[in-house]
Amino acid sequence: MSPVKDRKPLYLMTPALAWLTAFMVVPCLLILALAFFRRGIYGGIEYVFTLENLAMVVDPLYARIFLKSAGIAGLAAGIAVVVGYAAAYAIAAMPRHRQPALLFFAVLPFWSNYLIRTYAWIVLLNREGLIVHLFRWFGYEGELPQMLYTETAVVIGLVYNYLPFVILACYAPLSRLNPEVAEASHDLGASQWTTFRRITLPMTVPGIAAGFVFVFVLSIGNFVTPALLGGGQFQMIGNLVYAQFLTANDWPFGAALSMALIAVMMVLLTAQTFASERASGQGGRDA
Amino acid sequence: MPERGKTRLMLAILAGVFAFLYVPISVLIALSFNAGGLPTAWTGFSVKWYGELFANRDIMHAALNTLIVAVVSTLLATILGTLLAVGVEIRRRKGRFLETIIFAPMIIPDIVLAIALLSFFSMLNVKMGLHTIIVSHVVFNLAFVCSVVRARLKTFDWSIVEASADLGASTATTLRRVVLPVLMPAVIAGALLAFTLSVDEFIIAFFTAGAGRSSITLPMQIFAMIRFGVTPEINALATLVMLFSVIALALSQRLNRGGLPGQ
Amino acid sequence: MTQVLLSLSDVEKHFGRVKAVDGVSLDIVENEFFALLGASGSGKTTLLRMLAGFELPTGGQIVLDGKDVSQVPPNRRPVNLMFQSYALFPHMSVAKNIAYGLEMEGLLRREITARVGEILEVIQLAPLANRKPDQLSGGQRQRVALARALVKRPRLLLLDEPLGALDKKLRGEMQLELKRIQAEFGITFIVVTHDQEEALVMADRIAILKDGRLLQSGTPREIYEYPETRYAADFIGQMNFIPVTRSGDLLFARNGARIGGVIPAEAPEALVAAVRPERLYLDAEAENVVTGTVRSTAYLGLDLHLHLDTPLCDQPLLVRLTADAAEGRDITEGARLTLGWSARDTRVFPA
Repeated sequence: MSPVKDRKPLYLMTPALAWLTAFMVVPCLLILALAFFRRGIYGGIEYVFTLENLAMVVDPLYARIFLKSAGIAGLAAGIAVVVGYAAAYAIAAMPRHRQPALLFFAVLPFWSNYLIRTYAWIVLLNREGLIVHLFRWFGYEGELPQMLYTETAVVIGLVYNYLPFVILACYAPLSRLNPEVAEASHDLGASQWTTFRRITLPMTVPGIAAGFVFVFVLSIGNFVTPALLGGGQFQMIGNLVYAQFLTANDWPFGAALSMALIAVMMVLLTAQTFASERASGQGGRDA
Repeated sequence: MPERGKTRLMLAILAGVFAFLYVPISVLIALSFNAGGLPTAWTGFSVKWYGELFANRDIMHAALNTLIVAVVSTLLATILGTLLAVGVEIRRRKGRFLETIIFAPMIIPDIVLAIALLSFFSMLNVKMGLHTIIVSHVVFNLAFVCSVVRARLKTFDWSIVEASADLGASTATTLRRVVLPVLMPAVIAGALLAFTLSVDEFIIAFFTAGAGRSSITLPMQIFAMIRFGVTPEINALATLVMLFSVIALALSQRLNRGGLPGQ
Repeated sequence: MTQVLLSLSDVEKHFGRVKAVDGVSLDIVENEFFALLGASGSGKTTLLRMLAGFELPTGGQIVLDGKDVSQVPPNRRPVNLMFQSYALFPHMSVAKNIAYGLEMEGLLRREITARVGEILEVIQLAPLANRKPDQLSGGQRQRVALARALVKRPRLLLLDEPLGALDKKLRGEMQLELKRIQAEFGITFIVVTHDQEEALVMADRIAILKDGRLLQSGTPREIYEYPETRYAADFIGQMNFIPVTRSGDLLFARNGARIGGVIPAEAPEALVAAVRPERLYLDAEAENVVTGTVRSTAYLGLDLHLHLDTPLCDQPLLVRLTADAAEGRDITEGARLTLGWSARDTRVFPA
């Protein structure tokens, strides 16, 4: 709001924007273009316009994988949001001076390597893993169901990996809440539960939306967790894309799949922005 | 008292969540010191797996590659990202397009960026290796540095910039003596974040490393190893990598909090 | 006698179609304590920022010491600004903050140290020289901001709502403190404020701004006693407004009572007569007399405020009686009182 802020900031931004243009925008446009070309007979690309690749995405075979991925991502996101919101709420309910440390420790695992966090569940869930041993140790001799390489394992892995972020996202609006607003609600005769439902929850929608979208988007395109915890049992979109580029060598179809992924993501992000704007329009913002 | 009941419930939730978050990692760490190496039985404390780890040439080679990638990409990303952040926040009008471009690297699914870069490099016939990983890592790293620095700039009192000019300082002097010192903790925090992300990044590196073993990074090495199941060596490696990340995070947090006056 | 230091002629600042400052002309003399008074959106801050160099005028001239400085950047002007937010450098100690501007002048370290020490004594913050801004109270920060601008001995010191962030008691003290420092340093001060009381207390002269235009300027007494517009009359202090109609040279209230006052030239028929609450006297033998019923009273020690319902207008008249005048009188709710005021104290504005 000053002429200092007004002076041409372009020279500051140019290097970074040039980098992003060259190594993000252009490659992504390239992928977009690839989606409309035909796959060559020997796996290359024939520069002939076609809609086949996009049509293939909605082909029942692949659409099922898409829906399945969305289902798993939705489940993981839903669980992560419920657990994460509860955790964030609990942290925000603790004495103020304890909150930073609690938050720090809630987010800490997020900072360790993704592969390693996923690997930790292999250690726990595999047939010779810790959980099986615990059961044995307690004297259970019967047959245990397969735990690793199942859908459940994938969902657990996704929730585990992204939970810290959800806690962080939900904590931000919760900690900004003016406690007097909730007190005013009590004072006006609302119960704790009603206050939570009518006051606290609506004012923290942006955090919830951000958390959900984040987990969903990262889960649906994930290929590490399905590869490691799902084994070869089933495919998610991420694995499918991976396969098109590294094994099946059908780049145009892989590109089309990525575009579909991006489309889903954009829809969700738009919805999230909308949700946050509505919530903040209702006065959840501090000055 | 409903209050006490509520507090108890909150504590129970926290206990549950923290157990969920920490038990798996703790088991991993514990096993890395298990002489037998298997979760079946505790056969005594030992650091022998760490010894094996450092004797493993493949792992050491991958670690060195990772270090090179992380250092170079962090340096580049920190410079580009900080300049970008200052530039964006100085602007009076916020362009939606600009925001999208800056935000995109953080939200594009890794797999999409990875295949996009792979297609890009191979179509240009660029020989892939560590340099292509570095270039690719700078893309998302600069976005993260930028967002950390921008967060600091949001609470930045721009009137101190005017005050500096009012007291006779040129724009360059103001940048050097007022803007940078105030931003420095955020810049370093952003750099640490970038470094950690780069060290941990797997998917993009995997796609842009090119063929052959020469440019394998640590996460790629880990991925290859854990696909074949649990080995005590990975437990040790995992413990070290986590330790590193935690130290980096602690440092970054401290920097971003300490030295930020007036908040 | 007095030297004109700063001369604004027809200064304009248009942001697109918005005229933030619209043709302001003004002379400010050396050593003056000048106040720019206006509500928010009146353009006072934009005007101040043009004087500091943070905004460039889109028209007109700003002449300082005989030189046109309209286009001179802030760091080249012998003008300093004390920011409303104080804008202290958070990473520098009090002493470093104050020294900053002197370093920019390229002074010798010895001289800088001496001048910083000197001014720290003036603002009585020497013991806190090594503190960081976030370790200071609001009042202390305010003084550091003042010292940082003053130490450069500018020709002109601009203060943007200097007391806005302070609590009421501290504000009273600082008003006098600012006046003392201004006199001691002999620097011209221009204060921007929305607080008319602050302006009346501190300033030698006041300019009232409204919608980017200069309504009136003058000494506090001139502004208070002889407001030239109804807006100024209303903005400064308290004022009773009585709607009147003009018939020839005479004014009549709506109940037919004649109101004595000086009618401005070329006045329309619908007018409003204004009188300050303290100009109404009990049982006065004056040109204007009114009888009414006390609606409410407020006792303030030195004087007594009361609202009086009268047939002159819908609004109750606000009356301020001195404790002496009210002594021994039955002034309670419902009491009937007759008050008078002189035509001399009546201002007349277009309605």
